Amino acid sequence: MSRSRSAAVLFAALGDATRLSLLRRLSVDGPLSITRLSEGTGVTRQAITKHLNTLGNVGLVRHARRGRERVWELERKRLEKARAYLDQVAAQWDAAALRLKAFVEDPSR
Amino acid sequence: MSTDRIEKRVVLRAPRSRVWRAITDAKEFGTWFRITLDGAFAAGSTVRGRVAIPGHEHLKVEMRVERIEPERYFSYRWHPYPKDPAKDYSGEPMTLVEFTLEEAEGGTALTIVESGFDRIPLARRAEAFRMNTEGWGGQIKNLAAYVS
Repeated sequence: MSRSRSAAVLFAALGDATRLSLLRRLSVDGPLSITRLSEGTGVTRQAITKHLNTLGNVGLVRHARRGRERVWELERKRLEKARAYLDQVAAQWDAAALRLKAFVEDPSR
Repeated sequence: MSTDRIEKRVVLRAPRSRVWRAITDAKEFGTWFRITLDGAFAAGSTVRGRVAIPGHEHLKVEMRVERIEPERYFSYRWHPYPKDPAKDYSGEPMTLVEFTLEEAEGGTALTIVESGFDRIPLARRAEAFRMNTEGWGGQIKNLAAYVS
């Protein structure tokens, strides 16, 4: 898969409120079972499973066995890639803030 | 793990009035931000311009000024970086950029927040990611090295 295609698939998987909240849950409390992940969400276990599989297909989460239970956990490396876009915007603001600093601190202006 | 917003805070060794002018005077804003703007900032106004970085002059900028509270708060909406001149962004959601000024020891504390990225179309975020991996990030590093 080409790099841009891979990124498009990744962002498509991220483009859903339920999936984003699953990622947030796993990032704070994970690894968690499907039962725990569906508690209090008003979303069925089947729907949660489907969302987890979508996230799993692009490598954002993976499942493992814990005793008799199947738990899901974050694939942090992949998530970092998704953050790359915001990191890029943030880097541009860093550079702009440095230029602003030099600009307002220059006594000749 | 927000994918929706970024926040920067910097202390500038300059009086608040000086920082305020650098942010809200379109000509001064353009000087440090490196864009050439065609009008003044006023609440509700749309200001257009072009990127003033050599080799990037074909990139257009459009800023919709939201709110101005003298020497305290300035906000506008725009289409976030990077921009592909061959594409029409007019129908797409914009991000909100907010500048907040506060008194600080020895100068002025400035907080810059850009939010609303979760509403930016996925294809656009993916495209930006691709542009980044193909060298946009390098450009930024060059810029940062040049100004520091």
